[in-house]
Amino acid sequence: MTKVTDMAEAVSSAIEDGQSIYLGGFTHLIPFAAGHEIIRQGYSDLTLVRATPDLIYDQMIAAGCASSVTFSWAGNPGVGSLRAFRRAIEDGVPTELDIDEYSHFGLVSRLAAGAQDLPFLPLRTFVGSDYPEHNDNIQFVENPFGDMPGEIPVVPPLNPDVAVVRGQRADTEGSAHLWGIVGEMVEAAFAADTVILSVEELVDTEVIRSDPNRTLIPQTVVDHVVEEPYGSHPSYAQGYYDRDNEAYLAWDRRTETHESTEEWLEEWVYGVDDRTEYLEKLEVERFLDLQPQTSYGTPVDMGEY
Amino acid sequence: MTDYTDTELMITRAAQELQNDDTTLVGVGIPNLACNLAKQTHAPDLEMVYESGTIDSNPSKLPLSIGDPVLATDAQSIVPMIQGFGYYLQAGRIDVGFLGGAQIDRYGNINSTVIGDYEDPKVRLPGSGGACEIASNTHRTIIITPHTQRRFPEEVDFVTSPGYIDGETTREELGLRGGPDAVITDKAVMRFDDDGEMFLDSVHPGVTEDAVQEATGWNLQFGSDVVKTEPPDEEEIDLIRNELDPDGVYTK
Repeated sequence: MTKVTDMAEAVSSAIEDGQSIYLGGFTHLIPFAAGHEIIRQGYSDLTLVRATPDLIYDQMIAAGCASSVTFSWAGNPGVGSLRAFRRAIEDGVPTELDIDEYSHFGLVSRLAAGAQDLPFLPLRTFVGSDYPEHNDNIQFVENPFGDMPGEIPVVPPLNPDVAVVRGQRADTEGSAHLWGIVGEMVEAAFAADTVILSVEELVDTEVIRSDPNRTLIPQTVVDHVVEEPYGSHPSYAQGYYDRDNEAYLAWDRRTETHESTEEWLEEWVYGVDDRTEYLEKLEVERFLDLQPQTSYGTPVDMGEY
Repeated sequence: MTDYTDTELMITRAAQELQNDDTTLVGVGIPNLACNLAKQTHAPDLEMVYESGTIDSNPSKLPLSIGDPVLATDAQSIVPMIQGFGYYLQAGRIDVGFLGGAQIDRYGNINSTVIGDYEDPKVRLPGSGGACEIASNTHRTIIITPHTQRRFPEEVDFVTSPGYIDGETTREELGLRGGPDAVITDKAVMRFDDDGEMFLDSVHPGVTEDAVQEATGWNLQFGSDVVKTEPPDEEEIDLIRNELDPDGVYTK
């Protein structure tokens, strides 16, 4: 059965104020269109979960959507710091922000525990660091099988209320092909209660079934499917378009004050109805610059048996 | 003599720390340039792994972040982060990790989390990312940072990435692998003695030992034979300026 809808509908039926939500993608395939729709619909008191808050959460924090962030590296990748995130933490502007902080592996392990319905997962991280002192979600358990090590840090499961993940292509039921960097998206999709899947293009089920190893997110975990070309801009989609690095650099300048950040939101988020209007506002030249040359993988032969 | 900048010297010096059969977890900026330089000179088989899960990347141009698409195209493999951190890093399959930070203390403990109190920070920094697990699980780490009093305090405000802890508790007792091997700054190269305390190993050309001490927030130990750091040669400078970073993104 088709789960296809548009982003406005998917967001309003999946998300409620006060929930914990995860927007996916490690630099790659970040669902910016979904983030902008969440801002437009005026959500508040959200707990935002992501390894790297990136520009997407900086924008949502500046818009006043968030009361808490669960994260492991809060910077503007390759550029510097996230000014709105810092303003919220350091000065409480526009709202106070609680933080729940881990290392990358700590956060990814929490999602993996959530995906598998485990009470906790052990990991060889945090020993000798100051994180356990400041985060009750990092505990130590005795090793029941030996003394190397005698005890080991554990983290509890993390099950976001809603995850928004992207892939390059999916069928209408929500089985998605992803390639390139996948980060922690699959763990998050399996951990979340409700999943919105957004893709660059919808394809026939036969395309998905022709290469099942590439189906990293299956329809089993997906509730809503949205087709949104360029839905990750200014992040990228491997093979479709490059990261718009100029936008990441510009964000650093545009966010110097809360007021200048609000102006950006006014122009690029509140000032447009949806992703199509956002794309129409961008110059054509910009899209052309982001087009990669093709580099096809050799097709695999699954065999007919 | 070849002209070079402080940054270029840090890149060439860091490249020399890498061996041909190393697998290294690369960060963007100087580590990335150092690894690519090593690969194009003395370590052609160097395997570059990135936090984003790309294994043995072969970037066609300078990546602008650790999740850049050029790290994915033509990689040997791409794995989910849970596998990159679990099956590769935690399992001991990464030889060398590169780390930077806002503060480094005499035992090589690094802070990249907050300046001031954690609950009420003066400056909020990005946080660990993969740094904590890189510091805990690689076989050796190389720390690259500018050299100032502020960056080398007696004690860090927050331990993001453990080095040799307090010089008494051993890493082995805590179940930590490896440890900091070298600290490369714009003034000098430091290493660590058997107790895990930093000592001055070499000073860069034109820098005095006093200047290094002045930029360090504690009484720095001097090695028994402090030498001059080997400056970059012509081939290295040519590769950095014309092939690795022709636009001067990280070296200007």
